[in-house]
Amino acid sequence: MLESVFKGINIAEFTIFGLGPVTGKFFSHYGATVVRVESALRPDPTRMWPPYAKGKPGLNRGTFWAHLNTGKHSVGLNLKHTKAASVTRRLVEWCDIVIENFTPGIMESWGLGYEELKKIKPDIILIRISNLGHTGPHSRQRGTGSTLQGLAGFTNLTGWPDRAPAFPYGAISDQYPPPLAAACVIAALLYRRRTGEGQYIDLSQLECSIPFLGPHILDYVVNGRISTRMGNRSSCAAPHGAYRCKGDDRWCTIAVFTEQEWGNFCQVIANPPWTKEPRFSSLRKRKENEDELDKLVEEWTLTKSAEEVMTLMQAAGVAAGVVENTEDMLSDSQLTHRDHFPKVNHPEIGTYVARNDAFRLSRTRGDIKRAPCLGEDNELIYREQLGMSEEEYVNLILEGVLE
Amino acid sequence: MLSTYRVLDLSDEKGTVCGQILAQLGADVIKIEAPGGSSERSKGPFVSDICHPERSLFWFVFNRGKKSVTLHLESEKGKEIFKRLVRNANIVVESFSPGYLDSIGLGYSALREINPRIIVVSISPFGQTGPYKDYKGPDIVIEALSGYMYLCGDPDRAPVRVSYPLAYGYAGTQGAVGCLIALFAQEITGEGQHVDVSAQEAMSEFTLMAPLFWDKLGKINMRSGQFRGGTSRRTRDVWQCKDGWVAFGIYGGQLGGRVNKELVMWMDSEGLADEFLKSVDWERLDMATVPQEDIDKIEKATGDFFMMHTMAELYEGAIKRGVNLCPIWNPRELLGSVQLGARDFWVQVKHAELGISITYPGSFFKSSAVFPSQAGERAPLISEHNNEIYEGELGMSVLELSQLKEKGII
Repeated sequence: MLESVFKGINIAEFTIFGLGPVTGKFFSHYGATVVRVESALRPDPTRMWPPYAKGKPGLNRGTFWAHLNTGKHSVGLNLKHTKAASVTRRLVEWCDIVIENFTPGIMESWGLGYEELKKIKPDIILIRISNLGHTGPHSRQRGTGSTLQGLAGFTNLTGWPDRAPAFPYGAISDQYPPPLAAACVIAALLYRRRTGEGQYIDLSQLECSIPFLGPHILDYVVNGRISTRMGNRSSCAAPHGAYRCKGDDRWCTIAVFTEQEWGNFCQVIANPPWTKEPRFSSLRKRKENEDELDKLVEEWTLTKSAEEVMTLMQAAGVAAGVVENTEDMLSDSQLTHRDHFPKVNHPEIGTYVARNDAFRLSRTRGDIKRAPCLGEDNELIYREQLGMSEEEYVNLILEGVLE
Repeated sequence: MLSTYRVLDLSDEKGTVCGQILAQLGADVIKIEAPGGSSERSKGPFVSDICHPERSLFWFVFNRGKKSVTLHLESEKGKEIFKRLVRNANIVVESFSPGYLDSIGLGYSALREINPRIIVVSISPFGQTGPYKDYKGPDIVIEALSGYMYLCGDPDRAPVRVSYPLAYGYAGTQGAVGCLIALFAQEITGEGQHVDVSAQEAMSEFTLMAPLFWDKLGKINMRSGQFRGGTSRRTRDVWQCKDGWVAFGIYGGQLGGRVNKELVMWMDSEGLADEFLKSVDWERLDMATVPQEDIDKIEKATGDFFMMHTMAELYEGAIKRGVNLCPIWNPRELLGSVQLGARDFWVQVKHAELGISITYPGSFFKSSAVFPSQAGERAPLISEHNNEIYEGELGMSVLELSQLKEKGII
């Protein structure tokens, strides 16, 4: 049993918002020392995002930030101070990996471009995650996942065909870079073990997201077809949708792909006469008469709770799932069984919901600890890890270099 | 980066992305297909809409850079051959129903006996354990049970899933991370392990801060159509313009103050910014406290401005002025991206058998040290590498191979 696989691996995070921090989380959960280099003068805005503990804002009270930064350390450093360079130099010497996701050009303005980092630490692994990549005419265009998911093609594919696209909650394109960045970093660590060489990896949010729409894009390239949003329908299943159930805004999805599943579905709803009608006798016919089909399915689901619909259908081998809201999610029996949302305790926030990774390793357990308060680990990192003398440490604080 | 590692990929469409990410990072990935071809090859769309296992665009995209051998895993001889392959492999990726590999004697515990270093990555709808483990989980069901679907769609209609499957692509991505953590551990301890990936858990990542609103404030976030969900004010994120839609949001303050100011200057340069718009102190605009009425006024003027311009005009202006606005593109428009072109993102791949060349999305990373290993390679044909692996590596004779073929084992 290896409890902390990345023990001894040191990571400095020059990050902001979501992409960089979520990348670092994979390492802090598995034993690396991950340090967020922060400034109280220019804090990561996410530290101030709601919801706050007891509704009261504060740099250490934003639960979303705490959610995104479990298991990390935090040091305060004023990167714009003229004496900051001596501190960053030692941080870079100390660490194996630098993760950064600022707008291209910002790290260079602090003297932390790849060439500079390499001079300090020749085998450094630098991963840079940005909106559109570090080269190209639009590299410095700032953006957020909420707009970039439109560029990548996800927004156009969400919603109803007779209406404007619906905004995909959060940002789909924000989801891909962190695990892909983490995969790159671990591969780079293995490569460094073998060859002694570090590297610089440039990830663009747009380029990380597009491959996942590959078949949709190739359908245009090869067949000239541009498929678009279609509500909840699918070309290879019917019924296929979210059906209203008993209660207020309660829904259950049902998806019937094969004739056997159709037979099972009909049995669950007690074989009403309409299920025998020729207009529903094959997938092709059910697709042709899908509006009527959906109405009839919903007549049945309206008499049941969403949970009942799911349980009855799944017991008969028909795919179905409650459209869970956040309350359902946090009490979902499967997610609870797998401890997907462990609770952790924070000195200012109190108990809050953290998030487990989507995988469980049989011999290497993840360990999810609370997020740090800003500058909480100054002593540990500056004094113990970087070996600053007390005098130097105190002077740097007095001069406003360390925060 | 992973050129010294071998992956045996038994997965179908639920796990295929995991192996592909490992292949892009340089691993030697062998897809093991059932004789006749993997069921993944039946996923459309197809070249010229002709449904055929060698024409699936889904297969093409997610199996680039892999090799293909065929093997009937349930036969005794098939199991024996698979175990021989496992001896020299580092990783097995599978996406069968939980318990299936154990039932045919090829589960993690059996493979570990053969090769203690082996890592088995299992990608399934809900994970290998728990009350839902045997539930069916097509994309729509995972989007529902992950809490994501409830947050998407128009308020007056049913919640919607994204009209393109996302859950398993994302589960495969998360699986690649779990696999690499196990691989790093393998280097230290010499031991492998079982990596259990749940698509439900992966997809639930998409709900971001929504569960925190329930946990801390007892508030259930709702779907909100073209508007941003979960905030105290109603703000638009999807806007109509002259020839389509654009994505843009009023954020104010540190996040959007500068951008919003730039947009007003742009509107003003065309005589389209009203006095109210020009009077807003964008840097200080706090979306939590500004009256809804003010937001509505800002959005009315902004929407009118967008309606007078095309997507292309708006994107060009946004780039020039550093405004966080993106057109809502489809694949045709995406292929025209100047930025992606300048970064040589797209790759041309020859399909000699079909007599065509296809433009593919390229690698997700650029590295100073190594190039993605699969640039220009197409996905393998069914059993394309049988000879290379079975003859070349396992030393089987031509006669043996033809006998195995006759018996339907390869």
